[in-house]
Amino acid sequence: MPLLSVEGLRTQFATSAGVVRAVDGVSFAIERGEVLGLVGESGCGKSVTSLSIMRLVPPPGVIVGGRIRLEDDDLLDKDAEAMRRVRGARIAMVFQEPMTSLNPVFSIGDQIAAAVLAHAGGSRHAAWERAVEMLDHVQVPSPRERAHDYPHQLSGGLRQRAMIALALAPGPQLLIADEPTTALDVTIQAQILDLLRRLQAERGMAVLLITHDLGVVAELCHRVAIIYAGRIVEMAPVASIFRGPLHPYTRGLLRCLPHPSRFGQPLSSIDGAPPDLRRVNGGCRFAPRCPLVQDRCRRDEPTLAERKPGHFVACPVVTV
Amino acid sequence: MAIPLLEVRGLEKRFAVGGAWLSGRQRVIHAVDGVSFTIDRGEVLGLVGESGCGKSTTGRLILRLVEPSAGSIHFEGQDLVALSPPRLWATRQRMQIVFQDPFASLNPRMRVGAIIGEPLAIYGRADTAERQRMVSELLDVVGLDPAFAERYPHELSGGQRQRIGIAAALALRPSLIVADEPVSALDVSVQAQVLNLLMALRRRFGLAYLFISHDLHVVLHMSDRVAVMYLGEIVEIGPRDALHGAPKHPYTQALLSAVPVADPTLRCERIVPKGEVASPLAVPRGCRFAPRCPFAFDRCRVERPARRTVGADHEAACHLY
Amino acid sequence: MSVIAEATVPVAVRPRRRVSFRAVFGLSVLLVMGGSAVFAPQLAPWDPTRQILVKRLRPPMWQERGLREHPLGTDHLGRDILSRLLYGGRISLGVGLTAVTLSGLIGVTLGLFAGFFGGRADAFIMRIVDVFLAIPYILLVMGVVFALGPSLLTVILVMAATRWVHFARIVRADVLSIREREFVAGARARGNRALRLLLRHVLPNALTPIIVMATLELAFMIIYESALSFLGLGVQPPTPTWGWMLADGRNYVATAWWLATLPGLAIMLTVLAVNLLGDWLRDTLDPRLPV
Repeated sequence: MPLLSVEGLRTQFATSAGVVRAVDGVSFAIERGEVLGLVGESGCGKSVTSLSIMRLVPPPGVIVGGRIRLEDDDLLDKDAEAMRRVRGARIAMVFQEPMTSLNPVFSIGDQIAAAVLAHAGGSRHAAWERAVEMLDHVQVPSPRERAHDYPHQLSGGLRQRAMIALALAPGPQLLIADEPTTALDVTIQAQILDLLRRLQAERGMAVLLITHDLGVVAELCHRVAIIYAGRIVEMAPVASIFRGPLHPYTRGLLRCLPHPSRFGQPLSSIDGAPPDLRRVNGGCRFAPRCPLVQDRCRRDEPTLAERKPGHFVACPVVTV
Repeated sequence: MAIPLLEVRGLEKRFAVGGAWLSGRQRVIHAVDGVSFTIDRGEVLGLVGESGCGKSTTGRLILRLVEPSAGSIHFEGQDLVALSPPRLWATRQRMQIVFQDPFASLNPRMRVGAIIGEPLAIYGRADTAERQRMVSELLDVVGLDPAFAERYPHELSGGQRQRIGIAAALALRPSLIVADEPVSALDVSVQAQVLNLLMALRRRFGLAYLFISHDLHVVLHMSDRVAVMYLGEIVEIGPRDALHGAPKHPYTQALLSAVPVADPTLRCERIVPKGEVASPLAVPRGCRFAPRCPFAFDRCRVERPARRTVGADHEAACHLY
Repeated sequence: MSVIAEATVPVAVRPRRRVSFRAVFGLSVLLVMGGSAVFAPQLAPWDPTRQILVKRLRPPMWQERGLREHPLGTDHLGRDILSRLLYGGRISLGVGLTAVTLSGLIGVTLGLFAGFFGGRADAFIMRIVDVFLAIPYILLVMGVVFALGPSLLTVILVMAATRWVHFARIVRADVLSIREREFVAGARARGNRALRLLLRHVLPNALTPIIVMATLELAFMIIYESALSFLGLGVQPPTPTWGWMLADGRNYVATAWWLATLPGLAIMLTVLAVNLLGDWLRDTLDPRLPV
């Protein structure tokens, strides 16, 4: 049984200009100890997916369909109190901007200790010790002294490490990391990616990594799911997707990136723009921009099909 | 030997920070600390570095949007720092800037056509009717429908706004454009479109760019030559292929190896610099990269390295050479 | 108990109606007030200063002792309340508008300068602001009135002189952040020099707080003028102002409620209308918000 199983998730936002179908039938599973990357550009629904799993979708967003199962627990069936116990203890989340996701008026040691106390109880002293231990684990130098620091006293990289320590302190089974390195400098990003890789291997923790950066995915993930306009269009092991991307959108994305083999040459790009999620209907959502589009694409909604071992694509046109 | 379009020598910018009269001592940040480079006509020089290295400040200094504390800037042979305000104003026509944030770089209260046409009006290049024609032409050049002239910036997407910014910069037919993180706020597919546009415009109008970005691959893609900045200094500068294929400065090497590549087969041995970038308020003595450098030795901690030649038109500021 | 729900568009989020209630209400009330102020001589049935002692303290016409020819009653000197309200409105609105305009011009100009140029100009202007804020305004008013004698002009001057600082501070704060925005640097690079930058790029983006401030200030001025009249520091009798009417009616609140209540209502309605209109104006002028 996979650790996390998402089936047909649909989340929508009711706005004065119409209902936005941000996530429209997303399904995937994460095994224990696996790192799954969820990749897409802005507005594709990747963040909303992660928030839906945590049931933290801000109003006017509402989950309107699907199932989310953590082991054999139906997360959508839990009441608020039960879900609160799941968050932090079993699923933890790390965000992009640590300055706004850490409370500025408490020291990082206090925040981590508070998380430990909330989920595992015990004495204040023991919680503080655990906080220092966690900071050491994420390679914060002089953890015992640093635990007294406030978020604004730390650099971006250290704040992100504190954020990770905070997330991992209660020992969750699944870590959701939403663009954890996007706001960091490249050299710091490299350090954090190394850290995440090490921690993940040590703890056998599953990770859902949300990002727009295919490079980060290549560094960290076992499998990748590409999401476009609220639907998954391709899902495969990392090597398979980079070696032989199948979906026209994935191929387009990869060809857009500057690559040492073609510095200086015009980049291929994807014509047009993502669809307005208030006005989508049946048919493939990528059709208006797809170089391989056929008539049936506009009519029939494509479903994920396994075209190569372990490699799923939602496109009937592309040939393997 | 033609005069370079832009020649910068020993450029410095100091910012005073905090408690002068309370603590007695004024703290100073050297945002830009002795930067020198040249750009030839039609050339693209990439300026890359991480946050706080001074690259954006350098871009603004060149245009004198920020006043330099020291150093010289020669543009088309003229000493820019010594120019009187009216002469500087006249020279502004020849050098323009495009910004990073498409949401903040256009006046939200002006229509697109007014934004693009404004420089033409200010410099008296055309009357109203002619201006309208030129605005339509500029919109077309950047790949937008001339009808966009009537819209407001908030009605457009990030990529479209960025194109407007480029059109406005082109209006006066400058010879140099400073592009300050022009694609960093855009999605990858839109980024590719805007980069292609910049390259096409360069060919068509013979433009030179100072292309500033923290994204190494984008800089390498766009530039003929690349300068790497760290804590206010240029640590390495050279032709794109040389810098990419055989980087000399340890920081450049670290930067190149740190960039995540969307290709698992290209994964190389990573040089991860230790620790964090020093605070600009407490710049280390000697080489600024020494505390994090895997190759640092005694001399590095004491003596600040000068730039020295390490290849054809290729310099690095490092005691290793 | 599943958390899955329907994403229906909540009532509160339905698209706004084309015509704004605030605009309609605000505008109509102000038009009425303004119209009656302008046409007071034509509309008022009586000379507002004419005392008919035999008809003192008559209640409004719908009450028991009321008289048809005095629809809103008479005051303690037999003067017609309605006429006094109409003429008083002229003063209150006229003085209020003039004072706000003057105060706004001074405050916005100084605020723009201080915020945009910074440095010594900023420090100098802000010290003046501090001085003005520190002096209790009643003292200032009394001083000016003593020096210049109480009159319409004195009132306007003194009100503008004490309130411009509020504009200055708000505008300066806004300008400080606007001038750092990238489009200002871009405009400078494209040839805008200081004055044009200020007027064409900075000021239009600082309009929102100015408009909000102006409507708040207009409301305040109306009350301010009434207070000054109430204290005897403003326009002198027999010129009727709403403030004087409040002052006169003070002693008769229990016996002749209409003396104080009616002018009070007039003030309240006007201030409400001004605030609503100001809200609407601010929203309409922002190109980013849907009308």
